[in-house]
Amino acid sequence: MSDLRDLYQEVILDHNKAPRNFHRLEGANRTAEGHNPLCGDQVRVYVLLADDRIGNIAFQGSGCAISKASASLMTASVKGKTRAEAEALFHAFHKMVTGEGGAAFDAGGLGKLAAFSGVREFPIRVKCATLPWHTLRAALEGRQEPVSTE
Amino acid sequence: MTSAGRTSATPIRRDSPPGFDVEKIREDFPILRVMAHGKPLVYLDNAATSQKPQVVIDRLREYYRAENANIHRGIHYLSERATEAYEDARAAVARFLNAAEPREIVFVRSTTEAINLVAQSYARPRLQPGDEVVISAMEHHSNIVPWQIVCEQTGAILRVVPINDAGELVLAEYERLLGPRTKFVAMVHVSNALGTVTPVRRIVELAHSRGVPVLLDGAQAAPRLPVDVRALDCDFYAFSGHKAYGPTGIGALYGKASLLEAMPPYQGGGDMILSVTFEKTLYNVIPFKFEAGTPHISGGIGLGAAVDYVSGIGLERIAAYEGDLLAYATDALAAIPGVRLIGTAKEKVGVLSFVLEGVHAHDVGTILDREGIAIRTGHHCAMPVMQRFGVPATARASLAFYNTRAEIDALAAAMHKVRELFG
Repeated sequence: MSDLRDLYQEVILDHNKAPRNFHRLEGANRTAEGHNPLCGDQVRVYVLLADDRIGNIAFQGSGCAISKASASLMTASVKGKTRAEAEALFHAFHKMVTGEGGAAFDAGGLGKLAAFSGVREFPIRVKCATLPWHTLRAALEGRQEPVSTE
Repeated sequence: MTSAGRTSATPIRRDSPPGFDVEKIREDFPILRVMAHGKPLVYLDNAATSQKPQVVIDRLREYYRAENANIHRGIHYLSERATEAYEDARAAVARFLNAAEPREIVFVRSTTEAINLVAQSYARPRLQPGDEVVISAMEHHSNIVPWQIVCEQTGAILRVVPINDAGELVLAEYERLLGPRTKFVAMVHVSNALGTVTPVRRIVELAHSRGVPVLLDGAQAAPRLPVDVRALDCDFYAFSGHKAYGPTGIGALYGKASLLEAMPPYQGGGDMILSVTFEKTLYNVIPFKFEAGTPHISGGIGLGAAVDYVSGIGLERIAAYEGDLLAYATDALAAIPGVRLIGTAKEKVGVLSFVLEGVHAHDVGTILDREGIAIRTGHHCAMPVMQRFGVPATARASLAFYNTRAEIDALAAAMHKVRELFG
Protein backbone atom coordinates (compact mmCIF):
# COMPACT_ATOMS: atom_id res chain seq x y z
CA MET A 1 0.00 0.00 0.00
CA SER A 2 3.02 2.31 0.37
CA ASP A 3 2.95 3.69 -3.19
CA LEU A 4 -0.82 4.04 -2.93
CA ARG A 5 -0.33 6.13 0.20
CA ASP A 6 2.09 8.26 -1.83
CA LEU A 7 -0.66 8.84 -4.38
CA TYR A 8 -3.55 9.22 -1.97
CA GLN A 9 -1.90 11.42 0.60
CA GLU A 10 -3.98 12.64 3.54
CA VAL A 11 -4.33 16.14 2.15
CA ILE A 12 -5.67 14.71 -1.13
CA LEU A 13 -8.16 12.46 0.65
CA ASP A 14 -9.23 15.42 2.75
CA HIS A 15 -9.79 17.73 -0.23
CA ASN A 16 -11.62 14.92 -2.06
CA LYS A 17 -14.00 14.49 0.83
CA ALA A 18 -14.43 18.17 1.60
CA PRO A 19 -13.47 20.14 -1.50
CA ARG A 20 -12.83 23.87 -0.97
CA ASN A 21 -14.39 26.55 -3.21
CA PHE A 22 -16.73 23.87 -4.53
CA HIS A 23 -19.64 25.89 -5.80
CA ARG A 24 -20.84 28.09 -8.59
CA LEU A 25 -19.26 31.55 -8.43
CA GLU A 26 -21.77 34.36 -8.85
CA GLY A 27 -20.26 37.31 -10.64
CA ALA A 28 -17.49 35.29 -12.30
CA ASN A 29 -16.27 36.93 -15.48
CA ARG A 30 -14.31 33.95 -16.76
CA THR A 31 -15.41 30.32 -16.92
CA ALA A 32 -14.47 27.18 -18.79
CA GLU A 33 -15.37 23.53 -18.81
CA GLY A 34 -12.95 20.61 -18.85
CA HIS A 35 -13.64 16.98 -19.63
CA ASN A 36 -11.58 13.82 -19.38
CA PRO A 37 -13.26 11.35 -21.74
CA LEU A 38 -11.15 8.47 -20.42
CA CYS A 39 -12.84 8.41 -17.03
CA GLY A 40 -15.71 10.85 -17.43
CA ASP A 41 -14.25 13.51 -15.14
CA GLN A 42 -15.93 16.86 -15.64
CA VAL A 43 -14.99 20.19 -14.12
CA ARG A 44 -16.17 23.76 -14.54
CA VAL A 45 -13.91 26.51 -13.25
CA TYR A 46 -15.23 30.00 -12.44
CA VAL A 47 -12.87 32.94 -12.11
CA LEU A 48 -13.39 36.53 -11.10
CA LEU A 49 -10.50 38.23 -12.82
CA ALA A 50 -9.80 41.81 -11.78
CA ASP A 51 -6.76 43.83 -12.85
CA ASP A 52 -5.07 40.66 -14.10
CA ARG A 53 -5.44 39.13 -10.68
CA ILE A 54 -7.57 36.10 -9.70
CA GLY A 55 -9.80 37.86 -7.22
CA ASN A 56 -11.96 34.80 -6.62
CA ILE A 57 -12.20 31.29 -7.99
CA ALA A 58 -14.48 28.28 -7.57
CA PHE A 59 -15.28 25.02 -9.32
CA GLN A 60 -18.00 22.45 -9.80
CA GLY A 61 -18.03 19.02 -11.32
CA SER A 62 -17.58 15.33 -10.72
CA GLY A 63 -14.56 13.16 -10.91
CA CYS A 64 -12.08 10.91 -9.19
CA ALA A 65 -10.32 11.81 -5.96
CA ILE A 66 -7.23 13.03 -7.80
CA SER A 67 -9.08 15.41 -10.09
CA LYS A 68 -11.40 16.68 -7.39
CA ALA A 69 -8.62 17.26 -4.88
CA SER A 70 -6.48 18.82 -7.58
CA ALA A 71 -9.25 21.28 -8.45
CA SER A 72 -9.82 22.07 -4.79
CA LEU A 73 -6.14 22.65 -4.00
CA MET A 74 -5.68 24.59 -7.21
CA THR A 75 -8.40 27.06 -6.33
CA ALA A 76 -6.89 27.54 -2.88
CA SER A 77 -3.40 28.02 -4.38
CA VAL A 78 -4.17 30.52 -7.12
CA LYS A 79 -6.64 32.75 -5.31
CA GLY A 80 -5.16 36.24 -5.18
CA LYS A 81 -2.41 35.41 -7.67
CA THR A 82 -1.78 37.26 -10.93
CA ARG A 83 -2.24 35.42 -14.18
CA ALA A 84 1.52 35.12 -14.62
CA GLU A 85 1.93 33.73 -11.11
CA ALA A 86 -0.83 31.17 -11.70
CA GLU A 87 0.79 30.20 -14.99
CA ALA A 88 4.17 29.70 -13.30
CA LEU A 89 2.49 27.54 -10.66
CA PHE A 90 0.87 25.43 -13.36
CA HIS A 91 4.23 24.82 -15.05
CA ALA A 92 5.87 23.78 -11.81
CA PHE A 93 2.90 21.53 -10.96
CA HIS A 94 2.95 19.99 -14.43
CA LYS A 95 6.65 19.27 -14.14
CA MET A 96 6.15 17.57 -10.81
CA VAL A 97 3.25 15.29 -11.79
CA THR A 98 4.74 14.25 -15.11
CA GLY A 99 8.13 13.62 -13.56
CA GLU A 100 9.79 15.96 -16.07
CA GLY A 101 11.58 17.64 -13.22
CA GLY A 102 13.36 14.37 -12.42
CA ALA A 103 13.85 12.81 -9.00
CA ALA A 104 15.60 15.92 -7.72
CA PHE A 105 12.56 18.11 -8.48
CA ASP A 106 12.11 20.63 -5.72
CA ALA A 107 8.44 20.93 -4.88
CA GLY A 108 9.26 23.58 -2.28
CA GLY A 109 7.61 26.42 -4.19
CA LEU A 110 4.39 24.48 -4.62
CA GLY A 111 3.22 24.49 -1.02
CA LYS A 112 0.32 22.09 -0.45
CA LEU A 113 0.33 21.18 -4.15
CA ALA A 114 3.40 19.07 -3.39
CA ALA A 115 0.89 16.46 -2.17
CA PHE A 116 0.53 15.46 -5.83
CA SER A 117 4.16 14.38 -6.17
CA GLY A 118 3.06 10.70 -6.02
CA VAL A 119 1.10 11.08 -9.26
CA ARG A 120 4.28 10.72 -11.34
CA GLU A 121 4.38 7.03 -10.39
CA PHE A 122 0.89 6.63 -11.92
CA PRO A 123 1.20 7.96 -15.48
CA ILE A 124 -2.43 7.31 -16.44
CA ARG A 125 -3.54 9.52 -13.56
CA VAL A 126 -1.57 12.59 -14.71
CA LYS A 127 -4.54 13.74 -16.77
CA CYS A 128 -6.77 13.61 -13.70
CA ALA A 129 -4.41 15.91 -11.80
CA THR A 130 -3.90 18.37 -14.64
CA LEU A 131 -7.49 18.61 -15.94
CA PRO A 132 -8.51 21.43 -13.54
CA TRP A 133 -5.36 23.36 -14.43
CA HIS A 134 -5.95 23.08 -18.17
CA THR A 135 -9.49 24.23 -17.54
CA LEU A 136 -8.30 27.21 -15.50
CA ARG A 137 -5.96 28.23 -18.32
CA ALA A 138 -8.82 28.00 -20.81
CA ALA A 139 -10.91 30.21 -18.56
CA LEU A 140 -8.14 32.77 -18.23
CA GLU A 141 -7.59 32.79 -21.97
CA GLY A 142 -11.33 33.20 -22.56
CA ARG A 143 -11.58 30.07 -24.70
CA GLN A 144 -15.14 29.02 -25.51
CA GLU A 145 -14.87 25.35 -26.48
CA PRO A 146 -14.62 22.79 -23.67
CA VAL A 147 -11.16 21.53 -22.78
CA SER A 148 -10.48 17.86 -23.33
CA THR A 149 -7.51 15.92 -22.04
CA GLU A 150 -7.54 13.72 -25.14
CA MET B 1 -26.14 -37.37 -10.30
CA THR B 2 -25.80 -40.41 -8.04
CA SER B 3 -27.83 -41.09 -4.93
CA ALA B 4 -24.59 -41.16 -2.96
CA GLY B 5 -23.93 -37.59 -4.09
CA ARG B 6 -27.32 -36.40 -2.96
CA THR B 7 -27.17 -37.99 0.47
CA SER B 8 -23.54 -37.07 1.21
CA ALA B 9 -23.44 -35.73 4.77
CA THR B 10 -20.52 -33.35 4.29
CA PRO B 11 -20.77 -31.19 1.19
CA ILE B 12 -17.49 -30.99 -0.66
CA ARG B 13 -16.28 -27.44 -1.24
CA ARG B 14 -15.25 -27.20 -4.84
CA ASP B 15 -13.84 -24.42 -6.93
CA SER B 16 -15.72 -25.30 -10.07
CA PRO B 17 -18.72 -27.33 -11.17
CA PRO B 18 -18.05 -30.98 -11.82
CA GLY B 19 -16.24 -31.76 -15.03
CA PHE B 20 -14.76 -28.30 -15.43
CA ASP B 21 -11.10 -28.33 -14.51
CA VAL B 22 -10.31 -24.61 -14.39
CA GLU B 23 -6.71 -25.17 -13.32
CA LYS B 24 -6.11 -27.25 -16.40
CA ILE B 25 -7.76 -24.60 -18.58
CA ARG B 26 -5.56 -21.90 -17.05
CA GLU B 27 -2.54 -23.77 -18.35
CA ASP B 28 -3.78 -23.03 -21.86
CA PHE B 29 -3.34 -19.28 -21.25
CA PRO B 30 0.33 -18.40 -20.77
CA ILE B 31 -0.40 -14.75 -19.91
CA LEU B 32 -2.14 -15.82 -16.71
CA ARG B 33 1.32 -16.51 -15.26
CA VAL B 34 2.31 -12.84 -15.58
CA MET B 35 2.94 -10.87 -12.39
CA ALA B 36 1.40 -7.39 -12.20
CA HIS B 37 3.02 -4.96 -9.74
CA GLY B 38 4.62 -7.98 -8.08
CA LYS B 39 1.27 -9.74 -7.56
CA PRO B 40 -0.21 -12.64 -9.53
CA LEU B 41 -2.28 -11.18 -12.35
CA VAL B 42 -6.03 -11.37 -11.75
CA TYR B 43 -7.48 -10.57 -15.13
CA LEU B 44 -11.08 -9.43 -14.83
CA ASP B 45 -11.28 -7.21 -17.90
CA ASN B 46 -12.52 -9.87 -20.29
CA ALA B 47 -15.36 -7.78 -21.66
CA ALA B 48 -12.73 -5.35 -22.98
CA THR B 49 -10.65 -8.12 -24.48
CA SER B 50 -10.03 -11.75 -23.62
CA GLN B 51 -6.68 -13.44 -23.27
CA LYS B 52 -5.43 -15.83 -25.93
CA PRO B 53 -4.92 -19.58 -25.52
CA GLN B 54 -1.63 -21.12 -26.61
CA VAL B 55 -3.33 -22.80 -29.61
CA VAL B 56 -4.22 -19.38 -31.04
CA ILE B 57 -0.75 -17.97 -30.41
CA ASP B 58 0.78 -21.09 -32.01
CA ARG B 59 -1.55 -20.85 -35.00
CA LEU B 60 -0.53 -17.25 -35.72
CA ARG B 61 3.12 -18.16 -35.40
CA GLU B 62 2.72 -21.18 -37.64
CA TYR B 63 0.96 -19.13 -40.30
CA TYR B 64 3.79 -16.61 -40.49
CA ARG B 65 6.42 -19.33 -40.13
CA ALA B 66 5.20 -21.70 -42.83
CA GLU B 67 2.13 -20.47 -44.71
CA ASN B 68 2.33 -16.73 -45.29
CA ALA B 69 1.21 -15.64 -48.76
CA ASN B 70 -1.52 -13.54 -50.28
CA ILE B 71 -4.79 -15.35 -50.82
CA HIS B 72 -7.37 -15.92 -53.56
CA ARG B 73 -5.00 -15.10 -56.41
CA GLY B 74 -1.71 -16.90 -56.12
CA ILE B 75 -0.80 -19.70 -58.41
CA HIS B 76 1.84 -21.02 -56.08
CA TYR B 77 1.96 -23.55 -53.26
CA LEU B 78 2.02 -21.12 -50.35
CA SER B 79 -0.84 -19.05 -51.66
CA GLU B 80 -2.95 -22.16 -51.97
CA ARG B 81 -2.14 -23.17 -48.42
CA ALA B 82 -2.88 -19.69 -47.05
CA THR B 83 -6.15 -19.51 -49.00
CA GLU B 84 -7.19 -22.91 -47.73
CA ALA B 85 -6.37 -22.00 -44.13
CA TYR B 86 -8.29 -18.73 -44.42
CA GLU B 87 -11.34 -20.39 -45.93
CA ASP B 88 -11.16 -23.21 -43.36
CA ALA B 89 -11.31 -20.50 -40.71
CA ARG B 90 -14.41 -19.05 -42.35
CA ALA B 91 -15.99 -22.49 -42.21
CA ALA B 92 -15.03 -22.76 -38.54
CA VAL B 93 -16.76 -19.45 -37.78
CA ALA B 94 -19.81 -20.61 -39.75
CA ARG B 95 -19.94 -23.78 -37.60
CA PHE B 96 -19.44 -21.68 -34.46
CA LEU B 97 -22.56 -19.62 -35.25
CA ASN B 98 -24.36 -22.53 -36.93
CA ALA B 99 -24.67 -20.55 -40.16
CA ALA B 100 -26.07 -22.49 -43.11
CA GLU B 101 -23.02 -21.86 -45.29
CA PRO B 102 -19.52 -20.39 -44.93
CA ARG B 103 -20.32 -17.76 -47.57
CA GLU B 104 -22.67 -16.17 -45.06
CA ILE B 105 -19.62 -15.20 -42.98
CA VAL B 106 -17.91 -11.94 -43.93
CA PHE B 107 -14.57 -11.30 -42.25
CA VAL B 108 -14.36 -7.74 -40.94
CA ARG B 109 -12.10 -5.85 -38.55
CA SER B 110 -14.49 -5.88 -35.62
CA THR B 111 -18.09 -5.84 -34.48
CA THR B 112 -17.96 -2.10 -35.09
CA GLU B 113 -17.04 -2.57 -38.74
CA ALA B 114 -19.70 -5.25 -39.16
CA ILE B 115 -22.41 -2.89 -37.89
CA ASN B 116 -21.16 -0.03 -40.06
CA LEU B 117 -21.20 -2.37 -43.05
CA VAL B 118 -24.84 -3.30 -42.47
CA ALA B 119 -25.83 0.30 -41.75
CA GLN B 120 -24.27 1.55 -44.97
CA SER B 121 -24.81 -1.35 -47.36
CA TYR B 122 -28.11 -2.74 -46.17
CA ALA B 123 -29.95 0.05 -44.41
CA ARG B 124 -28.82 3.21 -46.17
CA PRO B 125 -30.19 2.41 -49.65
CA ARG B 126 -33.51 1.33 -48.13
CA LEU B 127 -34.19 4.12 -45.62
CA GLN B 128 -36.50 6.98 -46.52
CA PRO B 129 -37.07 10.19 -44.57
CA GLY B 130 -39.33 9.43 -41.61
CA ASP B 131 -38.45 5.71 -41.53
CA GLU B 132 -37.36 4.37 -38.17
CA VAL B 133 -34.44 2.33 -36.86
CA VAL B 134 -34.93 0.73 -33.43
CA ILE B 135 -32.08 0.16 -30.97
CA SER B 136 -32.05 -0.23 -27.17
CA ALA B 137 -30.95 2.03 -24.32
CA MET B 138 -28.11 -0.34 -23.44
CA GLU B 139 -26.23 -0.35 -26.72
CA HIS B 140 -22.48 0.08 -26.95
CA HIS B 141 -21.58 3.26 -28.84
CA SER B 142 -20.73 1.02 -31.80
CA ASN B 143 -24.39 0.09 -32.13
CA ILE B 144 -25.58 3.67 -31.73
CA VAL B 145 -23.31 5.90 -33.78
CA PRO B 146 -23.45 3.96 -37.10
CA TRP B 147 -27.26 4.26 -36.94
CA GLN B 148 -27.11 7.95 -36.08
CA ILE B 149 -24.90 8.45 -39.12
CA VAL B 150 -27.22 6.55 -41.44
CA CYS B 151 -30.24 8.40 -40.01
CA GLU B 152 -28.51 11.68 -40.70
CA GLN B 153 -27.76 10.55 -44.25
CA THR B 154 -31.30 9.41 -45.01
CA GLY B 155 -33.62 11.44 -42.80
CA ALA B 156 -34.62 8.32 -40.87
CA ILE B 157 -35.30 8.48 -37.14
CA LEU B 158 -33.59 6.54 -34.37
CA ARG B 159 -35.95 5.08 -31.76
CA VAL B 160 -34.65 3.76 -28.44
CA VAL B 161 -36.24 0.98 -26.39
CA PRO B 162 -35.92 1.84 -22.69
CA ILE B 163 -34.52 -0.42 -19.97
CA ASN B 164 -35.82 -0.88 -16.42
CA ASP B 165 -33.94 -0.37 -13.14
CA ALA B 166 -32.50 -3.87 -13.29
CA GLY B 167 -31.07 -3.14 -16.72
CA GLU B 168 -33.57 -5.29 -18.61
CA LEU B 169 -35.12 -4.41 -21.94
CA VAL B 170 -38.73 -3.28 -21.55
CA LEU B 171 -40.23 -5.68 -24.05
CA ALA B 172 -43.67 -4.05 -24.05
CA GLU B 173 -42.06 -0.74 -25.09
CA TYR B 174 -40.15 -2.52 -27.82
CA GLU B 175 -43.37 -3.96 -29.14
CA ARG B 176 -44.98 -0.53 -28.99
CA LEU B 177 -42.09 1.07 -30.86
CA LEU B 178 -42.32 -1.42 -33.72
CA GLY B 179 -44.56 0.44 -36.12
CA PRO B 180 -45.31 0.87 -39.80
CA ARG B 181 -42.25 3.11 -40.20
CA THR B 182 -39.84 0.67 -38.54
CA LYS B 183 -37.40 -0.50 -41.18
CA PHE B 184 -34.62 -2.02 -39.09
CA VAL B 185 -33.86 -3.31 -35.60
CA ALA B 186 -30.29 -3.37 -34.23
CA MET B 187 -30.04 -4.85 -30.77
CA VAL B 188 -27.38 -5.99 -28.36
CA HIS B 189 -27.40 -9.68 -27.37
CA VAL B 190 -25.40 -9.19 -24.15
CA SER B 191 -24.82 -5.72 -22.70
CA ASN B 192 -21.13 -4.94 -22.19
CA ALA B 193 -21.90 -2.49 -19.39
CA LEU B 194 -24.59 -4.46 -17.52
CA GLY B 195 -24.19 -8.10 -18.47
CA THR B 196 -27.89 -8.31 -19.38
CA VAL B 197 -28.86 -11.02 -21.85
CA THR B 198 -31.63 -9.64 -24.04
CA PRO B 199 -34.55 -11.85 -25.16
CA VAL B 200 -33.17 -12.09 -28.68
CA ARG B 201 -35.50 -14.82 -29.90
CA ARG B 202 -38.54 -12.73 -28.99
CA ILE B 203 -36.91 -9.57 -30.36
CA VAL B 204 -36.41 -11.24 -33.74
CA GLU B 205 -39.86 -12.84 -33.72
CA LEU B 206 -41.65 -9.57 -33.02
CA ALA B 207 -39.68 -7.72 -35.69
CA HIS B 208 -40.17 -10.45 -38.28
CA SER B 209 -43.90 -10.54 -37.65
CA ARG B 210 -43.83 -7.00 -39.02
CA GLY B 211 -41.38 -7.80 -41.80
CA VAL B 212 -38.50 -5.95 -40.13
CA PRO B 213 -34.96 -7.39 -40.33
CA VAL B 214 -32.77 -7.62 -37.22
CA LEU B 215 -29.06 -7.26 -36.55
CA LEU B 216 -27.74 -8.61 -33.26
CA ASP B 217 -24.56 -7.24 -31.71
CA GLY B 218 -22.94 -10.38 -30.36
CA ALA B 219 -19.61 -8.93 -29.24
CA GLN B 220 -20.19 -10.01 -25.62
CA ALA B 221 -22.53 -12.93 -26.28
CA ALA B 222 -20.50 -14.96 -28.76
CA PRO B 223 -17.70 -15.73 -26.25
CA ARG B 224 -20.16 -16.53 -23.45
CA LEU B 225 -23.28 -18.25 -24.79
CA PRO B 226 -24.08 -20.81 -27.46
CA VAL B 227 -25.17 -18.82 -30.52
CA ASP B 228 -27.25 -20.45 -33.23
CA VAL B 229 -28.09 -17.88 -35.88
CA ARG B 230 -30.47 -20.23 -37.62
CA ALA B 231 -32.42 -20.97 -34.46
CA LEU B 232 -32.49 -17.24 -33.66
CA ASP B 233 -33.43 -16.54 -37.27
CA CYS B 234 -31.65 -13.17 -37.02
CA ASP B 235 -30.74 -11.53 -40.30
CA PHE B 236 -27.30 -10.31 -39.24
CA TYR B 237 -25.05 -11.23 -36.33
CA ALA B 238 -21.78 -9.47 -35.53
CA PHE B 239 -18.92 -10.36 -33.20
CA SER B 240 -15.25 -9.59 -32.62
CA GLY B 241 -12.39 -12.06 -32.56
CA HIS B 242 -10.45 -10.52 -29.73
CA LYS B 243 -13.26 -10.82 -27.20
CA ALA B 244 -13.69 -14.46 -28.21
CA TYR B 245 -10.13 -15.59 -27.39
CA GLY B 246 -8.88 -14.74 -30.89
CA PRO B 247 -6.64 -12.00 -32.30
CA THR B 248 -7.43 -8.29 -32.42
CA GLY B 249 -8.28 -6.66 -35.74
CA ILE B 250 -10.57 -9.44 -36.93
CA GLY B 251 -14.27 -10.01 -36.52
CA ALA B 252 -17.11 -11.65 -38.37
CA LEU B 253 -20.43 -10.59 -39.77
CA TYR B 254 -23.03 -13.28 -40.36
CA GLY B 255 -25.69 -12.32 -42.86
CA LYS B 256 -28.38 -14.40 -44.51
CA ALA B 257 -27.11 -15.17 -48.02
CA SER B 258 -30.17 -13.70 -49.72
CA LEU B 259 -29.67 -10.38 -47.92
CA LEU B 260 -25.91 -10.22 -48.49
CA GLU B 261 -26.42 -10.97 -52.17
CA ALA B 262 -28.84 -8.08 -52.55
CA MET B 263 -26.49 -5.59 -50.88
CA PRO B 264 -24.04 -3.32 -52.68
CA PRO B 265 -20.34 -3.57 -51.69
CA TYR B 266 -19.19 -1.66 -48.62
CA GLN B 267 -15.72 -0.82 -49.93
CA GLY B 268 -14.21 -1.07 -53.38
CA GLY B 269 -10.86 -2.55 -54.24
CA GLY B 270 -9.07 -5.77 -55.03
CA ASP B 271 -10.56 -9.19 -54.32
CA MET B 272 -14.13 -7.90 -54.34
CA ILE B 273 -14.41 -7.86 -58.13
CA LEU B 274 -14.85 -10.39 -60.93
CA SER B 275 -13.75 -8.04 -63.68
CA VAL B 276 -12.89 -4.39 -63.98
CA THR B 277 -12.94 -2.10 -66.98
CA PHE B 278 -13.19 1.65 -66.82
CA GLU B 279 -16.75 1.36 -68.06
CA LYS B 280 -18.07 -1.37 -65.78
CA THR B 281 -16.98 -3.46 -62.84
CA LEU B 282 -18.56 -6.79 -62.01
CA TYR B 283 -18.57 -7.53 -58.30
CA ASN B 284 -17.46 -10.79 -56.84
CA VAL B 285 -19.88 -13.21 -55.16
CA ILE B 286 -20.50 -13.17 -51.42
CA PRO B 287 -18.68 -13.05 -49.06
CA PHE B 288 -15.78 -11.75 -51.20
CA LYS B 289 -17.84 -8.81 -52.44
CA PHE B 290 -17.48 -7.37 -48.93
CA GLU B 291 -13.80 -8.14 -48.45
CA ALA B 292 -12.00 -5.52 -50.51
CA GLY B 293 -8.23 -5.49 -50.30
CA THR B 294 -5.87 -7.99 -48.74
CA PRO B 295 -7.63 -9.06 -45.54
CA HIS B 296 -6.25 -9.77 -42.08
CA ILE B 297 -5.27 -13.29 -43.16
CA SER B 298 -3.47 -14.35 -40.00
CA GLY B 299 -6.26 -12.80 -37.92
CA GLY B 300 -8.92 -14.81 -39.72
CA ILE B 301 -6.92 -18.00 -39.31
CA GLY B 302 -6.31 -17.19 -35.64
CA LEU B 303 -10.01 -16.57 -35.14
CA GLY B 304 -10.74 -19.97 -36.65
CA ALA B 305 -8.39 -21.55 -34.12
CA ALA B 306 -10.04 -19.58 -31.31
CA VAL B 307 -13.61 -20.61 -32.09
CA ASP B 308 -12.51 -24.24 -32.49
CA TYR B 309 -10.81 -24.04 -29.09
CA VAL B 310 -13.89 -22.54 -27.44
CA SER B 311 -16.20 -25.03 -29.15
CA GLY B 312 -13.90 -27.82 -27.99
CA ILE B 313 -14.60 -26.85 -24.39
CA GLY B 314 -18.26 -26.26 -25.23
CA LEU B 315 -20.24 -23.05 -24.89
CA GLU B 316 -22.85 -24.74 -22.66
CA ARG B 317 -20.13 -25.76 -20.21
CA ILE B 318 -18.52 -22.33 -20.40
CA ALA B 319 -21.87 -20.63 -19.75
CA ALA B 320 -22.55 -22.92 -16.79
CA TYR B 321 -19.12 -22.35 -15.25
CA GLU B 322 -19.24 -18.59 -15.75
CA GLY B 323 -22.80 -18.50 -14.39
CA ASP B 324 -21.65 -20.24 -11.23
CA LEU B 325 -18.74 -17.82 -10.90
CA LEU B 326 -21.03 -14.84 -11.53
CA ALA B 327 -23.31 -15.91 -8.67
CA TYR B 328 -20.28 -16.28 -6.41
CA ALA B 329 -18.89 -12.87 -7.44
CA THR B 330 -22.28 -11.18 -7.07
CA ASP B 331 -22.54 -12.42 -3.49
CA ALA B 332 -18.94 -11.42 -2.75
CA LEU B 333 -19.41 -7.86 -4.02
CA ALA B 334 -22.86 -7.43 -2.47
CA ALA B 335 -21.34 -8.30 0.91
CA ILE B 336 -19.01 -5.28 0.75
CA PRO B 337 -20.57 -2.27 2.50
CA GLY B 338 -21.25 0.63 0.15
CA VAL B 339 -21.11 -1.42 -3.06
CA ARG B 340 -24.02 -1.04 -5.44
CA LEU B 341 -24.32 -3.33 -8.43
CA ILE B 342 -25.44 -1.65 -11.64
CA GLY B 343 -27.22 -4.22 -13.77
CA THR B 344 -29.14 -6.89 -11.90
CA ALA B 345 -31.08 -8.50 -14.71
CA LYS B 346 -32.50 -11.96 -14.13
CA GLU B 347 -30.91 -13.12 -17.38
CA LYS B 348 -27.33 -12.08 -16.97
CA VAL B 349 -23.80 -13.25 -17.76
CA GLY B 350 -20.38 -12.60 -16.21
CA VAL B 351 -20.23 -8.82 -16.19
CA LEU B 352 -20.30 -7.02 -12.82
CA SER B 353 -20.64 -3.25 -13.03
CA PHE B 354 -20.57 -1.57 -9.65
CA VAL B 355 -20.02 1.65 -7.78
CA LEU B 356 -18.62 2.11 -4.29
CA GLU B 357 -20.22 4.87 -2.26
CA GLY B 358 -17.95 7.88 -1.86
CA VAL B 359 -15.19 6.51 -4.10
CA HIS B 360 -14.90 7.20 -7.80
CA ALA B 361 -14.52 4.15 -10.07
CA HIS B 362 -11.20 5.46 -11.35
CA ASP B 363 -9.72 5.40 -7.85
CA VAL B 364 -11.08 1.89 -7.31
CA GLY B 365 -9.36 0.85 -10.54
CA THR B 366 -5.98 2.29 -9.52
CA ILE B 367 -6.02 0.61 -6.13
CA LEU B 368 -7.10 -2.74 -7.56
CA ASP B 369 -4.39 -2.47 -10.21
CA ARG B 370 -1.73 -2.25 -7.52
CA GLU B 371 -3.09 -5.53 -6.18
CA GLY B 372 -2.56 -7.10 -9.60
CA ILE B 373 -6.28 -6.98 -10.41
CA ALA B 374 -7.26 -5.73 -13.87
CA ILE B 375 -10.75 -4.30 -14.17
CA ARG B 376 -12.18 -1.58 -16.36
CA THR B 377 -13.44 1.73 -15.06
CA GLY B 378 -15.30 4.47 -16.87
CA HIS B 379 -18.38 4.61 -19.06
CA HIS B 380 -17.58 1.43 -21.03
CA CYS B 381 -18.45 3.09 -24.33
CA ALA B 382 -22.06 3.12 -23.16
CA MET B 383 -22.57 6.67 -21.93
CA PRO B 384 -26.39 6.49 -22.24
CA VAL B 385 -26.34 3.53 -19.82
CA MET B 386 -24.37 5.58 -17.29
CA GLN B 387 -26.89 8.42 -17.67
CA ARG B 388 -29.78 5.98 -17.21
CA PHE B 389 -28.38 4.88 -13.85
CA GLY B 390 -27.25 8.37 -12.83
CA VAL B 391 -23.57 7.50 -12.40
CA PRO B 392 -20.63 9.12 -14.21
CA ALA B 393 -18.73 5.85 -14.37
CA THR B 394 -18.67 2.36 -12.94
CA ALA B 395 -16.02 -0.19 -12.09
CA ARG B 396 -16.52 -3.34 -14.12
CA ALA B 397 -15.21 -6.80 -13.41
CA SER B 398 -15.89 -9.14 -16.31
CA LEU B 399 -15.36 -12.88 -16.13
CA ALA B 400 -13.98 -15.55 -18.39
CA PHE B 401 -13.94 -19.31 -17.93
CA TYR B 402 -10.30 -19.18 -16.79
CA ASN B 403 -11.20 -17.06 -13.76
CA THR B 404 -11.54 -18.71 -10.37
CA ARG B 405 -13.29 -18.22 -7.07
CA ALA B 406 -9.89 -17.50 -5.54
CA GLU B 407 -9.58 -14.55 -7.92
CA ILE B 408 -13.00 -13.28 -6.86
CA ASP B 409 -11.81 -13.55 -3.24
CA ALA B 410 -8.78 -11.43 -4.21
CA LEU B 411 -11.12 -8.86 -5.76
CA ALA B 412 -13.22 -8.71 -2.60
CA ALA B 413 -10.13 -8.39 -0.40
CA ALA B 414 -8.84 -5.54 -2.57
CA MET B 415 -12.21 -3.80 -2.35
CA HIS B 416 -11.85 -3.85 1.42
CA LYS B 417 -8.46 -2.14 0.96
CA VAL B 418 -10.15 0.56 -1.11
CA ARG B 419 -12.61 1.19 1.70
CA GLU B 420 -9.81 1.23 4.24
CA LEU B 421 -7.77 3.76 2.25
CA PHE B 422 -10.71 6.05 1.65
CA GLY B 423 -11.93 5.65 5.22
